[in-house]
Amino acid sequence: MTTTPQALPDRATVRPGSAGARSRRPWFTYRRRDQLAGYLFVAPQLLGIVAFVLVPLGLIGYYSMHEWNVLANTFTFVGADNVERLFTDPKLVPVLQATTVFSVGLVVGNLGLALGLAVLLNRSMRGITAFRAIFFSPVVVSLVAWTIVWGFLLQDDGGINGLLQLIGVEGPNWLREGPTAMASVIVVQIFKNVGLNMVLFLAALQGVPAELHEAARVDGANPRTIFGRITLPLISPTILLTVIITIVGSLQVFAQIAVLTQGGPGVSTTVLVYYLFQQAFEFHRFGYGSTLAILLFLIVLALTIVQWQLRRRWVFYEN
Amino acid sequence: MRTDTLPRPVEAGSRPKRRRGWRYALFYVALSVLAIPFVFPTWWMITSSFKPINEIFAFPPALWPANPTLDGYVRAFTEQPFAQQYLNSLYIAVVVTLGTMLVASLAGYAFARIAFPGQNLLFVVVLIGLLIPSEVTIVPLFQMFNSLGLINTHWPLLLVTTFGAPSVLATFIMRQFFISLPGELEEAARLDGLGRLRMWWQIAMPLAKAALAAVAIFTFLHTWNLYLEPTVYLLSPELFTLPQALTRYTDAYGGAQWNVQLAAATMTAVPVLLVFLVAQRQFVEGLAHTGLKG
Repeated sequence: MTTTPQALPDRATVRPGSAGARSRRPWFTYRRRDQLAGYLFVAPQLLGIVAFVLVPLGLIGYYSMHEWNVLANTFTFVGADNVERLFTDPKLVPVLQATTVFSVGLVVGNLGLALGLAVLLNRSMRGITAFRAIFFSPVVVSLVAWTIVWGFLLQDDGGINGLLQLIGVEGPNWLREGPTAMASVIVVQIFKNVGLNMVLFLAALQGVPAELHEAARVDGANPRTIFGRITLPLISPTILLTVIITIVGSLQVFAQIAVLTQGGPGVSTTVLVYYLFQQAFEFHRFGYGSTLAILLFLIVLALTIVQWQLRRRWVFYEN
Repeated sequence: MRTDTLPRPVEAGSRPKRRRGWRYALFYVALSVLAIPFVFPTWWMITSSFKPINEIFAFPPALWPANPTLDGYVRAFTEQPFAQQYLNSLYIAVVVTLGTMLVASLAGYAFARIAFPGQNLLFVVVLIGLLIPSEVTIVPLFQMFNSLGLINTHWPLLLVTTFGAPSVLATFIMRQFFISLPGELEEAARLDGLGRLRMWWQIAMPLAKAALAAVAIFTFLHTWNLYLEPTVYLLSPELFTLPQALTRYTDAYGGAQWNVQLAAATMTAVPVLLVFLVAQRQFVEGLAHTGLKG
């Protein structure tokens, strides 16, 4: 993984005519030219990161110490006022609650379903490839298109309640009632992206050596024990990876909320990113929006650190 | 992924034939039921887009339009400059994809194969882009482009997506690939008098087709699906991208015009789905080792 590239030997010194004619080594040697090429090659990406990630990251700190009203065109230093506002914001706790419920619901639902599907599909049978393609297909469907269709299905008089009515059940107004709105957003998101984790799990399951299963079976272990004691530990690196990817992804959920519920009813589906967007771009509070961005950044940073720690302690086998 | 050569699970082979048949049937039934929430929404989107208004919410729900109409499709183009918006999304996604392939393969090549002072530090700086969700930096980015007078242009989308955080994953993937190439390749090229630019383009790039395909697929899909960024940067309907346009088919009261919205959504989603059906393996591989999230 971490091979350091070898420097190529200096060609300028051995080139006949150039080095041989003069006794002094030329400054612009092959190695220097090579290094220059290296800098030039990484320059576009590096400048992009500096301009579009590092500078903005510094700016959110600066902005968060200011009250910035775009409409009134005022920009005044307020110190820690925005941080104080953050901790006294009556909406902060509900927003963080909604964010947590969404993330936990998504991770549990997504990983459970992904693992289940991967186990079901991890065998060679006729048509299994077609099923794999079906479960993966929502991943390539445009996110907003997918969300719009589900929004349509979940209307009070929409397809899902229509089907429920056929079997004599009166369905709720899914997107307009707190608990079902949150559940709907989670479920829509699970079906959209579970295919990705399923594919990752399938690859991991196929990496488990068949001899281990065979040996355990010969020793009289039942399938459940084999799964819990052999398969799960062996695929634990993949489980950790998917948990982290899914949590970080869940913190970025925006389009689904904007299309399905606009954060409502009340603030029951207002996750942190959506709240940030509202404060900054609907209420034009760029200072407070930046403070919320710092909070989001700190949460993602904390999760990354936890991931590094867990990698060392919890994962049994690393490839 | 070589699932086709999987060993058959041991327990299935050891059962008597008749019971195995039952188990197989049950297995297919279970998979088919599970497949419903994955297939039905797409089916419902396509069929409902051909339904006239009075059938959209008809009870009982009909799996097929009774009187199919193209009304939704016609109005998708008359109520918004949908053709223009389609073109916007397409050219932005194509330009960003090509740009990212270029930026990422250059940087990935240098990080993998050229030794220069500060290399590791610079690589860590680039990787920071992977850690920071684009939502964190959206407010200052808006301000930066605002002071440059670039709000309500496509420049922020093109520049940030090609050079900023979204391209870092591509650079990482290209680096991992280039590291795996044998060193003798360059040795021979160097003796032939090739400079680094030509080594990269003539030797490394032709070998990197699979990695480039993966980068191209996830970059295209990511850019095609961007929603927050265009919502923040673009104000005029003729500049909108598709995801943004899809949500704007509303009537005078802000209610959704479902048949128009579903027609536009169908036109957005189905071409990509068709490409997926043709190039499934590349899609799955390209997306799986990125862990890309929508």
